[in-house]
Amino acid sequence: MTAQATDAPQQALASYNFAYLDEQTKRMIRRAILKGIAIPGYQVPFASREMPMPYGWGTGGVQVTAAIIGPDDVLKVIDQGADDTTNAVSIRAFFAKTAGVATTTATPDATIIQTRHRIPETPLKAGQVLVYQVPIPEPLRFLEPRETETRKMHALEEYGLMHVKLYEDIARNGRIATTYAYPVKVEGRYVMDPSPTPKFDNPKMHQSEALQLFGAGREKRIYAIPPHTDVVSLDFEDHPFEIQHFEEPCALCGAEQVYLDEVVLDDKGGRMFVCSDTHHCESRRAEGHRGALLGDEPVFGTTPVGDKEPAI
Amino acid sequence: MAHTPASTTIYEGGFVDPVGASQTGFRALMDAMARPGSIHVLPDVTAPPAPLTASAAALIATLADADTPVWLDPALTKTVAVRDWIVFHTGAPITAHQSEAAFAVVAAPEKLSALNGFALGTQEFPDRSTSVILQVATLTEGVALMLEGPGINGRASLAPDPLPQHFAAQWMANRQAFPRGIDLILAAPGAVAALPRSTRLTRSEA
Amino acid sequence: MYVAVKGGEAAIANAHRLLASRRRGEADVPGLTLAQIAGQLSLAVDRVMGEGSLYDPELAALAIKQARGDLIEAVFLLRAYRTTLPRFGHSEPVDTGAMLVERRISAVYKDLPGGQLLGPTFDYTHRLLDPALAGDAPLDAPETAADTGEKVIRVSDILGDEGLIEDDPATDVSRPVADITRTPMEFPMERDARLQTLARGDEGFLLALAYSTQRGYARSHPFAGEIRIGEVDVEVMIPELGFAVVIGRVKLTECQMVNQFKGSSKAPPQFTRGYGLVFGQAERKAMAMSLCDRALRASELGEDITAPAQDEEFVLSHCDNVQSTGFVEHLKLPHYVDFQAELDLVRRMRAEYFAKAAARDDDAASDDAKEAAE
Repeated sequence: MTAQATDAPQQALASYNFAYLDEQTKRMIRRAILKGIAIPGYQVPFASREMPMPYGWGTGGVQVTAAIIGPDDVLKVIDQGADDTTNAVSIRAFFAKTAGVATTTATPDATIIQTRHRIPETPLKAGQVLVYQVPIPEPLRFLEPRETETRKMHALEEYGLMHVKLYEDIARNGRIATTYAYPVKVEGRYVMDPSPTPKFDNPKMHQSEALQLFGAGREKRIYAIPPHTDVVSLDFEDHPFEIQHFEEPCALCGAEQVYLDEVVLDDKGGRMFVCSDTHHCESRRAEGHRGALLGDEPVFGTTPVGDKEPAI
Repeated sequence: MAHTPASTTIYEGGFVDPVGASQTGFRALMDAMARPGSIHVLPDVTAPPAPLTASAAALIATLADADTPVWLDPALTKTVAVRDWIVFHTGAPITAHQSEAAFAVVAAPEKLSALNGFALGTQEFPDRSTSVILQVATLTEGVALMLEGPGINGRASLAPDPLPQHFAAQWMANRQAFPRGIDLILAAPGAVAALPRSTRLTRSEA
Repeated sequence: MYVAVKGGEAAIANAHRLLASRRRGEADVPGLTLAQIAGQLSLAVDRVMGEGSLYDPELAALAIKQARGDLIEAVFLLRAYRTTLPRFGHSEPVDTGAMLVERRISAVYKDLPGGQLLGPTFDYTHRLLDPALAGDAPLDAPETAADTGEKVIRVSDILGDEGLIEDDPATDVSRPVADITRTPMEFPMERDARLQTLARGDEGFLLALAYSTQRGYARSHPFAGEIRIGEVDVEVMIPELGFAVVIGRVKLTECQMVNQFKGSSKAPPQFTRGYGLVFGQAERKAMAMSLCDRALRASELGEDITAPAQDEEFVLSHCDNVQSTGFVEHLKLPHYVDFQAELDLVRRMRAEYFAKAAARDDDAASDDAKEAAE
């Protein structure tokens, strides 16, 4: 018995299918993806599986990617816009191992981009698929926790509650106080959660050249936006939707009109702002763009981070 | 891919490389569904009994399994081997009722009278609908359909033949039921295109 | 000057190496064997099998070892393995009436056919730490009685014969039994899917909800009709043979809760059922499950839904500890893109708030000045 117990998982390890999921699971996910594409913005229930990473850590995106990926694909994985964040590294390694696919950090070279919380700055092109990891797919969930109720609202196209919520924001704060996971309406029908991307990225979803697929593993939903589809952020005539603006360019590459991360430099209030999209930043620097605080490659004896007063 | 001769028994003519073939077939179909009007190459990797065509067979083998009842049109039902081939290679149950089908395979689209006999889903679950695979002879030589909607940059055209009778009117009715409705998968020799329910027909032009 | 730091891959690899070392503990202490875990921490193994929905004591022991004793992590490991297993079919319903019982108690009858059988229970032990267990002193062999051959009738059948308890809800045999591992949850949920969901639900979560029903949040007047623990045969129908064959045995804990019920517009006065069935010896879980099952039958029995334990969506959407641990712990992942967006908003709103406050103070000051002047 003991020998069996130690052998069994090893045998199974050796026999995992291409891209981990078994074919029956892939078929089930593929059917859901097709329905999602046919009904843009509608959340298709699917029998999400346990994955070898925890729920909430991208299992929906991983299942979608596993169902569509083929040996010729080139995969890019980002988290917070960066290719080198730990969970992005972990998911990329998972597919490199289980599907043997090529991976890249270069946005234009990727055929599939799996993302958490960002849309790349480099415009996507036809033939690319952007796969979003989604924690809570239901845009109405925080207004109405019951699935039975929100399902009815979508069925009846009854989105008054969402407008009331946004309007209450305006009444209380003078502006819509939603900065990420900002709800959108897809092709004039379904209100959809774009996943917790900053609203800065919402306009990139509209009439995108790329196919956008959304996977929520724990909540067992898949949805999609085909290319060239209207995606409109909800707003009011007197309070039109607007994206975040940063007052200064990226400190490393000098890019403007991009989303920036704030980096704390010291305990004296020193801050700098750098591109959240690491590939975009690196390729700009390779082209010779230099931001105000760009350091050279580290050499012995150079000043460590934070010793100089930042020019902010 | 070399052309495989038609199988002599229902046990032959399935995917030789199921993992690779279904991924390739699915990606072609996914792209077709995401860009209505576009035509995607579908390699000839099955050899089903006639009148089931290789592309329709590849699509059904990619999509169907024990969880998805399949409906066959009279032209296919006539040949017992077709039914047996699908059951053997996919494990899908065959249903006699259009409204229970997850997939339908239609060898003679011109004889298909009504699209609304299939499952259209419900307002709460519009995904619980039939995906209808039409075997067509061509995607480019029929009467051109002008298409608009999600997945289409402005306008696209597609000219499949044959199509169900009064197709324009039937499709308009299907579009009006949105988000309910059926999705059409057009299986042509060596190629696939799709008309998801979100696609609108504008005037057909010559 | 600033140079971006990289090194995610090396950091992950190093963390995993450290984890492996911490898991092993002191190298001069012998490592645990799976047989030791399966044999001596068997209730932990049972819990992991139950919530992991995979009956395999050795693999569960391996999961516990790999998880350093973190049972929820072990449940997760077992689930992630289970999900890759091919599915050959499903068994016939197990007959718990034919169980080879190791423990069987009823709180509603003093004595009954088959008798009260305490079995290996913590009940009536005095919870005094036993220093002798720090060693490995030899034990007396357990006493066993001869098999009397008396059938251990289920208490619910005794009550049922008299018509005092509702019949088991009729099942629609034409409908296949639900499988929550292969279909997404949908509400309202049928009882088969609900019981599956509860059976692999988190013991602590269900225990707390069950407790809340006893304290008046959907009180159901429960009696422990019967708890039985023992082994049952698992049979699978072989279509080619035309009959069912036994493919193995599993240990189960079954709890039939009997609840007093005054009747409603939908049902006459009678005793009603709450049901619990769990892999292995898991009495607390089976009891909690049966109380939750009964509470969740509220709308079926025409009761008002007033308490958390009766709220189907609330209970069933949140009882899975693999899901809940994943989502709670995902807060460890970076969220700095969204946090940046919130930082920006809060800074703007604070600036406006203080600007308004300053304007008010100025107004107030000038009012004061006016008053003073008047």
